[in-house]
Amino acid sequence: MSTIVLLIITGLGLGALYFLIASGLSLIFGLMDVLNFAHGAFLAIGAYGTWWAAGHLPGAGPAGAGFLLAVVFGVAAGTLAAVLVELCVIRPLYGRHREQILATVGLSLAVPALIQAIWGADPLTFPRPELVSGTLPFLGVNVPKDRYLLILAAIAVFVALWLFNSRTRYGLIVRAGVQDRAMVTALGIDVRKSFTLVFAIGGAAAALAGSLGGLYFGVVTPTQGMSLLIFAFIVVVIGGTTSLTGCAIASMTVGLIQQFANYYTVAGLGDIAVVAVLAVVLLTRQGGLTAKKSAERVA
Amino acid sequence: MSAPAPLLEADDLHVWIEGSHILQGVSFTMPGRGVTAVLGRNGVGKTTTVKALLGLVPRTGRITLDGSDVTGLPTHTIVARGIGYVPEERGIFAALTVAENLRIAERRPGDPRYELVHELFPELRKRASQPAGTLSGGQQQMLAIGRALLNDNRLLIVDEPTKGLAPRIVREVADAVATAAESVPVLLVEQNLSLVRRVADQAVVIDAGKVIHTGPAGELLDDADRVRSLLGVARAATDEPTDGRMDTT
Repeated sequence: MSTIVLLIITGLGLGALYFLIASGLSLIFGLMDVLNFAHGAFLAIGAYGTWWAAGHLPGAGPAGAGFLLAVVFGVAAGTLAAVLVELCVIRPLYGRHREQILATVGLSLAVPALIQAIWGADPLTFPRPELVSGTLPFLGVNVPKDRYLLILAAIAVFVALWLFNSRTRYGLIVRAGVQDRAMVTALGIDVRKSFTLVFAIGGAAAALAGSLGGLYFGVVTPTQGMSLLIFAFIVVVIGGTTSLTGCAIASMTVGLIQQFANYYTVAGLGDIAVVAVLAVVLLTRQGGLTAKKSAERVA
Repeated sequence: MSAPAPLLEADDLHVWIEGSHILQGVSFTMPGRGVTAVLGRNGVGKTTTVKALLGLVPRTGRITLDGSDVTGLPTHTIVARGIGYVPEERGIFAALTVAENLRIAERRPGDPRYELVHELFPELRKRASQPAGTLSGGQQQMLAIGRALLNDNRLLIVDEPTKGLAPRIVREVADAVATAAESVPVLLVEQNLSLVRRVADQAVVIDAGKVIHTGPAGELLDDADRVRSLLGVARAATDEPTDGRMDTT
């Protein structure tokens, strides 16, 4: 029983990490119809930004409030990168999907290469504050504290995105823009501002995933973003490309399947199990788990 | 005394869509009051003209709004200068509620005219929390018009508001257009000549992507031979707006 509880909590922790990455992908694809292969780069920038700030930024550090400041710096760096990518690379390419894919794939290769050129290809040890070190018992099982942190962060991001979508004017514009972008423009609204904002939010969530992913893995590597992005894409496809709720459900499902399959079969089989689930979803429900709810896209 | 400057001026508008030359030099002016009807057979370029005015399709030529050249401006900037737009396909956001469809149209700074909209269409208040996609066609048209009336615009562009509606709803929509026209100039694309006769002051007739006639709407509609030759309509319109659209020959 204790093993199952442990696998559930750690699976949810992994799912939370996937959700942080996939939610931004889903949001960007849902509103802007942009398949952003550079999303993993925002994660890497967030991770390395946090790592660098913990060691160099005045006031920041590897523990306590200093670490929190380092995370804020990492998230800010990822957000800024996302804004610059939207303004300089994506904006001239709206509606040109082939060029978008080429440009974002190019960025997804260039950013890790740049990071590697500066800090090397070897994994760098990520700071681990005392507060998230060790374990915390849950139903008699000792669960690593960073899993709780990931789950709490994912819940906070989910609630924040839900509030953004349902309670703010920008959220209203996003939901309307998903349905009919031209009509939103014909109401006198500059959709481009919303696009930049959505890209910034997606970048911030990915950068946060980078910071917390550093805690989860204990190290950061230049290609961490790319490997996690593969699972984020799987989550988005399974959950439905424009549904935040579907994204959350799919993230947790993928995380749990990986944990259970890896534990009860052979290590590594979890990844294959996830791909098998993806194949089943694609064969039976092309629009993802939330296909029937397409009317409530990005809600 | 010189004539007042036109509110809207289209000069030599050309539009190509997928290799087809849809608008072939459309030019007309619209006065700063009353209703100007854009008439013509199906597929002659009426809706494309409206979209060209708003920058919703790539075009060449020159568009002047209230004396300012707006040709190079993006759609949202042109519209934000005071245009309410009701597209032919209504442009309702199906997954948003009725209230959200209205709220998104609120222009800032500004004072949204919910009282006017709800007075014209009480149904919209009753159905505020209903998803717009579940409304009937007539209710969706009311929402589209209500959304355009929400702001204190200097120009209203309404594209085929009675298309596909039941006669009872046609009368309601016609009343709304007539009420709107009392306070704001309206550019009305319409094939229902009964409605045109009731509300329109000026008429612009388009054929094969060109303007072939401009002048007072009443004079045109009173001349059966001219109506037949310009619009291909077999019979004259009555005074009562019904579902009777152009009986094109």
